[in-house]
Amino acid sequence: MPTLWLVCLLLVLAAAGFVMGRARALASAGGDARTLHSLPNYYGFNVALTSLVPALAVLAVWLLAQPIIVDTRVSKLIPADMVPEGSTIGLVMSDVRRVAAGLDLAVDTGLLRAPEAAALSANERDVRSLLGEVGVALGADVRPEVLAAAQRSRELNHAGRLLMTVLVTGLALAGLGWAYVRTNKEFRARNVVERGVLVLLIVAASLAILTTIGIVLSMLFETSNFFRLHDWKDFFFGSTWAPNFRGDSELSILPLLWGTLYISFIALLVSVPIGLFAAIYLSEYAGKATRALAKPLLEILAGIPTIVYGLFALLTVGPTLAKVFGKGGLLGVEWMAGATSVLTAGVVMGIMLIPFVSSLSDDIINAVPQSMRDGSLGLGATRSETVRQVVLPAALPGIVGAILLAASRAIGETMIVVMGAGAIAKFSLNPLDTMTTITTRIVSQLTGDTDFASPETLVAFALGLTLFVLTLGLNVLALYIVRKYREQYE
Amino acid sequence: MNDMSRLERVVETKNIKMECRDCQVYYGETHAIKDVNVDIEEKTVTAFIGPSGCGKSTFLRCLNRMNDTIATARVEGSFRLDGEDIYDRRVDPVQLRAKVGMVFQKPNPFPKSIYDNVAYGPRIHGLARNKAELDEIVEKALRRGALWNEVKDRLDAPGTGLSGGQQQRLCIARAIATEPEVLLMDEPCSALDPIATAQVEELIDELRQNYSVVIVTHSMQQAARVSQKTAFFHLGNLVEFGETGQIFTNPVDPRTESYITGRIG
Repeated sequence: MPTLWLVCLLLVLAAAGFVMGRARALASAGGDARTLHSLPNYYGFNVALTSLVPALAVLAVWLLAQPIIVDTRVSKLIPADMVPEGSTIGLVMSDVRRVAAGLDLAVDTGLLRAPEAAALSANERDVRSLLGEVGVALGADVRPEVLAAAQRSRELNHAGRLLMTVLVTGLALAGLGWAYVRTNKEFRARNVVERGVLVLLIVAASLAILTTIGIVLSMLFETSNFFRLHDWKDFFFGSTWAPNFRGDSELSILPLLWGTLYISFIALLVSVPIGLFAAIYLSEYAGKATRALAKPLLEILAGIPTIVYGLFALLTVGPTLAKVFGKGGLLGVEWMAGATSVLTAGVVMGIMLIPFVSSLSDDIINAVPQSMRDGSLGLGATRSETVRQVVLPAALPGIVGAILLAASRAIGETMIVVMGAGAIAKFSLNPLDTMTTITTRIVSQLTGDTDFASPETLVAFALGLTLFVLTLGLNVLALYIVRKYREQYE
Repeated sequence: MNDMSRLERVVETKNIKMECRDCQVYYGETHAIKDVNVDIEEKTVTAFIGPSGCGKSTFLRCLNRMNDTIATARVEGSFRLDGEDIYDRRVDPVQLRAKVGMVFQKPNPFPKSIYDNVAYGPRIHGLARNKAELDEIVEKALRRGALWNEVKDRLDAPGTGLSGGQQQRLCIARAIATEPEVLLMDEPCSALDPIATAQVEELIDELRQNYSVVIVTHSMQQAARVSQKTAFFHLGNLVEFGETGQIFTNPVDPRTESYITGRIG
């Protein structure tokens, strides 16, 4: 039975459980809902949830675990000498999976009957051309061991599915029955459902956290692979980024880090004053109508995809800068070779960050109590004196937090730098030079033909992890500062 | 009210500091203050009493143009400080507020040190030529605010760390540091406990030596204790204005009598 049908069955059971539970509760109260401990619907939900949740949980775990268990058991059937030199068992196993999928398809389309597929022998029939008929193309003739493994894997999968269907349905029925029997007018269904909701919320929260931990662990694993192949001193303290595929690459993060920080610095130089001043205007000076119009307009900037900013950098900002600073430009200097430069990417990224800074700062400035402003105005201060000497100092920690959050976005930004900053890793102070960043190098190291055993590819994970640590540190710092600030008014 | 001795106080005739005639305030369509005429005398404490929403705070805020900061408020009538119309075009509301200081209902010290809180006004208005003079102004204001002895060793501590009563006295010290001629107080004790209230009331009585003080209060005992003149507001009208002793013992208007005896409110 396909999983979808199984899920539908579970839902139908749960719906039936809801109706049954509700009816039984009402019946036990003699039809008078007021003598029930909880509202009738709670009894229904109690039965439905008790039936549905454990069954769905087992189903999810089973679907995740079954392929892994089947794979480990089938891979034992492949003799070690079958794995060609320089390849891995994984490649052979993917062949096995393709053959197994092909056989499934052949049975589904009616080309083979199920017992035939199970008894198929590589010596009697050309399995490759057979599977070709149902649209599964194989790279080479199917070896008997692979066919046997594929057949074994089908067998295991079928058995597993059957077992799963029986188990899950049984669990759903058992849950339904148990909750149904427990339903009577004294039963505290409301409290049980409440606890069930709490568990659901906790599961959702832990899933998010577990995913983060999973990401970090996978990065850590690949990074440790990289450091086994490449000297960590070169990575952290070297001065050249020059990957090549001859095996003597110099892979140092420093030039990339320099480019990243330089571009982020320029982006903040653009976005912080503009964003902050916009926020001050909007929260302290603008009338209601202006604010209602200007704030959403400003926030439209935040909704533009970064690739569009990248196009803007490539087609508008870059060429404009080149016309001013480039060869034959307005200034008559030759400081800029092409349209891509640190300044191009920095300015466009700064524009991208304006709404980020302004909207966070606006919220923080609005959180400064009105009594502070009244106090200052009542002492004969002007508006700008009030803003400068009372409102901004009170909001400063929060604003610093906002700026740090913007900085961590700038550091992690990819598309704009891919299109605007160029691809040369170097140390230079000239903002009109092309430079590159950590994120763009991750992209270029992982696109195209990749071999996950070479340091040139694995370096991407080390770069990613460094970036992650960097932005995580900035975020933690920002949150710490914002929290500390909040305590002042409570 | 039980302080009958107030009646026997010698009533001096004093110069009029602020003169308000035919004052009207509108919030949008609402007519919040109707035809109010009040004279604030020099070196006198004037109390505004009345039930909530009767317009006494609104009227107080007219006296230093704090209502200008509310977009929907509209003020009409003549308000004269030493004979000069404070709503005249030529008057800068910012400078007016330096002359007519204000203390608010809730203590609102700035998130700065105690010293910087008090020095805020003098710095803005350039009252001190150097650090020594500023120190002197701050000390004098804190002494007058009856706070000096409690904070002299920790002037660098944040003003927000003080207790509620100390914070309010800090706000009063902050307001008098700019040497205002009139000090407006909008329910300055409503957030304070009885001990802190007593300290602030004592302070108000001392401030009378130098300033005109206008205080809005919900406590009739407080009005009777600290003020020489009392104005009773009801539904945006000034019902009665006169000597405090007379208002509390022998009110002319029946509404005043009902209010102070607790029948309307």
